[in-house]
Amino acid sequence: MSVLDRPIATPGYSEADSYPSHHFLNHSKGFLSWALTLDHKRIGLMYLVGVMASFALGGTFALMIRIHLWNFKDGWLSNQTYNQVFTLHGAIMVFLFIIPSIPAALGNFLLPVMLGTKDVAFPRLNLGSFYLWVTGLILFLTALSVTGLDTGWTFYTPYSIETQQGGAVLAATFGVFVLGFSSIFTGLNFIVTINTMRPPGMSWFRMPLFLWALYATSIIQVLATPVLGITVLLLSAERLLGIGIFDPKLNGDPVTFQHFFWFYSHPAVYIMILPAMGIISELMSVHCHKGIFGYRMIAYSSIAIALFGFLVWGHHMFTSGMADVTTIVFSALTFTVSIPSAIKVFNWLGTMYQGTVSLNTPMLYALAFIFLFTIGGLTGLPLGALSTDMHFHDTYFVVAHFHYVMMGGTLVAFLGGVFHWWPKMTGRMFNDKLGIASAIIVFVGFNLTFLPQFVLGSRGMPRRYATYLPEFQPLHQLSTIGSITLGSGLLLALIVLLMSLVNGKKAPRNPWGGATLEWMCSSPPPHDNFSSAPTVGDPYDFSTIEYDARVGGYVKRT
Amino acid sequence: MSFFLADQVAPYAWFPEGASSFAPQVDFLFTAILWICIVFFVPIVIAMGYFMWVYRERPGYRGSPEALHNTAIEITWTVVPTIVVVWVFWEGAMGYLDMARIPKGTVDVNVTAKKWQWAFKYENGGEHEVIPVENVSAKELPLLVLPVDRDIKIIMRSDDVLHSFYIPAFRAKRDVVPGRYNYMWFHTTKEGLYDLFCTEYCGDNHSQMNAKVKVVSQEEYKKALEKAIQEPEDPLERGRLLYKRQGCSTCHNAGAEGASGPGPSYNGSWGKSVQLESGTEVAFDENYVRESILNPQAKARKGYGKASPMNSYAGKLKDDQIDALITFIKSMENATPAAKK
Repeated sequence: MSVLDRPIATPGYSEADSYPSHHFLNHSKGFLSWALTLDHKRIGLMYLVGVMASFALGGTFALMIRIHLWNFKDGWLSNQTYNQVFTLHGAIMVFLFIIPSIPAALGNFLLPVMLGTKDVAFPRLNLGSFYLWVTGLILFLTALSVTGLDTGWTFYTPYSIETQQGGAVLAATFGVFVLGFSSIFTGLNFIVTINTMRPPGMSWFRMPLFLWALYATSIIQVLATPVLGITVLLLSAERLLGIGIFDPKLNGDPVTFQHFFWFYSHPAVYIMILPAMGIISELMSVHCHKGIFGYRMIAYSSIAIALFGFLVWGHHMFTSGMADVTTIVFSALTFTVSIPSAIKVFNWLGTMYQGTVSLNTPMLYALAFIFLFTIGGLTGLPLGALSTDMHFHDTYFVVAHFHYVMMGGTLVAFLGGVFHWWPKMTGRMFNDKLGIASAIIVFVGFNLTFLPQFVLGSRGMPRRYATYLPEFQPLHQLSTIGSITLGSGLLLALIVLLMSLVNGKKAPRNPWGGATLEWMCSSPPPHDNFSSAPTVGDPYDFSTIEYDARVGGYVKRT
Repeated sequence: MSFFLADQVAPYAWFPEGASSFAPQVDFLFTAILWICIVFFVPIVIAMGYFMWVYRERPGYRGSPEALHNTAIEITWTVVPTIVVVWVFWEGAMGYLDMARIPKGTVDVNVTAKKWQWAFKYENGGEHEVIPVENVSAKELPLLVLPVDRDIKIIMRSDDVLHSFYIPAFRAKRDVVPGRYNYMWFHTTKEGLYDLFCTEYCGDNHSQMNAKVKVVSQEEYKKALEKAIQEPEDPLERGRLLYKRQGCSTCHNAGAEGASGPGPSYNGSWGKSVQLESGTEVAFDENYVRESILNPQAKARKGYGKASPMNSYAGKLKDDQIDALITFIKSMENATPAAKK
């Protein structure tokens, strides 16, 4: 029986437990009260709207690609347009959606509340990072509408130097530069906040795992993102000033660009997946109503992934002609990342063991995550092993693999997190049955889209092809059908969320039975989060948390 | 749909047919990894489904919060995957070393990659021929002929951007990097006709940058080499051959042949006055064609200023080859469909 089927709170039972009359959403009114807000919750919500809009845009491009590939030749896009569309799909999804999605939107909202504090350490820097993100967005959209960016999201040299779409490359790389600063500021803010503002009693190992994940992510953001800034600056200097760095015509080396680029962009993969793993740790324990299995191992594995993640960038260049020793060392290092990831999966399963599993929308997204992320992780094995990678490199196998990790992993976790914390953020419950339906459609559609792409890759279909050999057509068509199913599932999820704002029931303080601090303030939280400092307990001690029909949610037994 | 099902049981359902000595190692390791994945994945999914059912929330049931830690299990699920990945790494690295160490006594082929054509040059200086193909968006593709049961060394360079040389049937791939030579080798094991793809994104017609590889017996290979060194006497026929062999056809349309872009068509241009991007006009004659081959950006046609830039052919073509190309372009004076104005 889900929470929604139970009777809602009896009016007047407790002033504190019912929907508060005064909260952060109606604390002040008017456009400027949002545009100039220093409240981390409002900034988080603005980010949420922004990243969801970016996702819709990137998703539209994805569907354009899939529809184009229905036929093996003479699709509805010209080669040139196709190249621009897949470039924009990749660039928007990576830089505007996945990287900021969980840390900037959910992280901003939740981090101070989970710490029981009023705000992040530097609220003005936080607003500043949001506006940098908006600036980056505008520069990207300029590159999109005014010129035709066609370099792929990786801006590989010398193509990005030679291409006639020079203005687009400059606008886009400057956009990446600005977005990088947005990312650095958020990371810095989170590190300082977690280090200095934890409440008395919350030692490192009493911190919710979502915060561990955000902390590990922030370390990567602060250390790796400057390298991306340097890279795009060098790229611009080469284009504008003709200094030979990456361009062989000027005595540069194009492979150097790949080293620079992936030195950031591979750790960035962990910027994408670590917060997702943090969300899943929260969701699994709360919806199993049981403490997380192997807390310390999960916490340590986040840090291990963050550190190992810095040492594996070379696996993007196994075929580029690096020295043999370098290639083999990078292959060995790549496998080290697989172990902490595997540990997390086993721990999540261990959490379910002997728990009380509520099969509601957030939990189904979390279970879908485990299924999809496991496939994504396992298919990394033939790509990390050198001899098999010589066959799979730059084929659809890679495309399928990273979509399983990035989309099946991060996006599905992000959706799970949004559903999980939606009552807290908006004060409204969504329709759980329709939410479950969306999770199932997304799951089926996702597998239908990307499973055939593994087979395409192992048969030798190269990526970034606007036309292809006819024998690949049936699998491409299957994938296109899947993508439309997936798109409808995602649309349904959005509708469910928006409907809740119109006719959703008022949310109790603690609809799911969580033990972390954010469930101790009202839904939505007041402007200052907590009227008095909350008492900090074990974030995964569910023994004193019980369902109370009178409030329609869970309460802590005292 | 029956076509689709038949496809899945065909010999190439997972891998294309293996035709090099690398194929058995790669296929063995992939199959081994596939089974490792199944051994991990299936129990994970079964456990997930089982726990979802047995421990589901229901009236009168309350789970136990006891199982939060178990050192023995946690060490097991750390150590076992570690051993497995160490083995996978080792197998992969050994296979890779075999691919990276080029043996002595190879048959060498020089490969030049450029937007958007593969060009092959054999040991005797002969160059590849271009063959018609069915069912792909390019109507004709370059053909690389190789002898069977020999070690082949590929010496690769790029005229412009990054490309990547990939023959799925050989399980062999190596990026072609401008500014340096990259090498690869393989041992051919089976006669047949195989696909060659460019797998590093290189611009507009990246997906048409394919070729065919024909592995033949030693005798046929010798014949092919003799044929490769010849060019026809007749200037028009020679021009037509060069139009295809040099990759002009991958961007410029001539008569009914060649790609429809991104370069301008040759049709109906000769002798006329053509508009330039700079706003001036120029006579489309011998001098203009020659200059456009040697210094393509000097006088870009109107509407082509933003098109992907053409590489210079200075130093790559002899004067009489340029003359042959001029003869060929001249023959397109009245060809249809007419070029865009």
